[in-house]
Amino acid sequence: MENRRKSLEIIIPDLPGIPMELPLAGSGVSAGFPSPAEDYVEMSLDLNRELVRNPASTFFARVRGVSMTGEGIGDGDLLVIDRAAEVRDGALAVCFIDGEFTLKRVRTDRTEGCLWLVPANPDYVPLRVTQENDFRIWGVVKHVIKSF
Amino acid sequence: MYGLADCNNFFVSCERVFAPRLEGRPVVVLSNNDGCIISRSNEAKAIGIKMGQPLFQAAPLVRRHGVEVLSSNYALYGDMSHRVMTTLRSLVPGTEVYSIDEAFLDLSGIPLEELPEMGRRIATTVRRHTGIPVSLGMAPSKTLAKVASKLCKRYPKLQNSCLMHRPEDVAKVLGTFPVQDVWGIGRRHTRMLQGAGIVTAGQFVQAQEGWIRHRMGVTGLRTWKELRGEPCIGFEHTPPAKQQICTSRSFATELTEPEELRKLVALFTALCAEKLRKQGSVCSEINVFILTNRHRADQPQQYVNRIMTPAVPTDSTLELTALAERALRSLFTPGYGYKKAGVILGGIAPHTAVQTSLFDASDRGRQARLMKALDEVNGRFGRHTLVTAIQGFDPVKANRNHVSPGYTTDWDELFEVKV
Repeated sequence: MENRRKSLEIIIPDLPGIPMELPLAGSGVSAGFPSPAEDYVEMSLDLNRELVRNPASTFFARVRGVSMTGEGIGDGDLLVIDRAAEVRDGALAVCFIDGEFTLKRVRTDRTEGCLWLVPANPDYVPLRVTQENDFRIWGVVKHVIKSF
Repeated sequence: MYGLADCNNFFVSCERVFAPRLEGRPVVVLSNNDGCIISRSNEAKAIGIKMGQPLFQAAPLVRRHGVEVLSSNYALYGDMSHRVMTTLRSLVPGTEVYSIDEAFLDLSGIPLEELPEMGRRIATTVRRHTGIPVSLGMAPSKTLAKVASKLCKRYPKLQNSCLMHRPEDVAKVLGTFPVQDVWGIGRRHTRMLQGAGIVTAGQFVQAQEGWIRHRMGVTGLRTWKELRGEPCIGFEHTPPAKQQICTSRSFATELTEPEELRKLVALFTALCAEKLRKQGSVCSEINVFILTNRHRADQPQQYVNRIMTPAVPTDSTLELTALAERALRSLFTPGYGYKKAGVILGGIAPHTAVQTSLFDASDRGRQARLMKALDEVNGRFGRHTLVTAIQGFDPVKANRNHVSPGYTTDWDELFEVKV
């Protein structure tokens, strides 16, 4: 953006009052055998459609940290999060806990009556979530996009 | 039956989706240039911060209560509004987007007994999918649906959804509903009604039909009938083309140089013309206004405007910019500090209805192609890629000292998740 703005380029438009040019009839028509591929133009693959099932409820976020490297999720990766997706036991979810967003596997523990936020890195320990915490599941991670 | 879905404290709610630390605390969002308070969380309302209040007036309250103050982030609000509207559209037979944070819902054909359940489902689905809380009112007319949605805000136990249709319920609600809060009753009519001893919507509906028609005309009568449960304002599936297009802004500091004002007025004109073309219209007048800072009693005050008319109704940025420039030149007076300026396009008609003039020197086809190219380039590479020379390329500096990131609109500003 900035670079483009720095190079000032002034384009003088055709202002009113300049004689009219009449378009030549048929100048844009090419004769010949019609392309048989024309009917299939719509069939190219669209990543947006593949990765974003519910555009209204899908959000992107950036990963910061290394607690999920065991699942191949690393610092700087792009998360595709769907807030409309059903939350199943063990879901990979963006959670909001005590003022911060975090990404973990969410497991329910019926015997203890609590939730566990499970990391995928031996250097980190699972986090216990009880009624005491201010906790919400923000959305379910559907895809992780890595750039190389 | 009609529904009205109204997003609660919309701008604040958008900010909270991505910054949950704002939850449960007083938060306000400011207008362009950080001038006035235009959105308040319930906590901010509770401590007495008023809608539209200039920030400097609210400063003592802000300090005392540790209010979070945010600049407006319209890219974020526009994106979130689109998500809310899309979600609503997937849940009901028809919607009519009324403003950035409100939509009417067409609930015709849905059995009455299913409506309470449906209302709850709409409110919870929008909340879950977008993070935005909405208040849903359902009633026999649009005006009553608006009243019902306001009830949700007043009574949390309604859980954001309120069906109001039995005449005795409606009468009870209107009996305590302030007449000035009724949709369609403006300041002037409120004063007139209060003068006649009418302060609640309940008193209003009991007034004589003839009296209402005489004092408030057919639009007033329409409101009166709507409140009595008789729908008079139909459903508009496609929004009507705007009859007026306006871009205005107040500035961070008072402008005293004509150069700065020219640039801004040219920018506003370009933005208006772009909106005009987007809805496929032309305009037959352009109104330019400039005004001084009314909060500075120590300085000379001026509020002036000038209307110009093109030879033939137009949607061309170039033609309109030339007219705006001439208008501004006649308005600007040295010695005044201008705090706000704006451009309003009027006499708007579909561009197919243009009556051409015999003396029209302009090549319309060529102008149209040029404008199409302009819109395409700016649509693809950003709004200020191709501009008129008078606008220049220095972005106009606005006061946005507390703006949140483009969480949903900028790859470099996505919200971050600690992992």
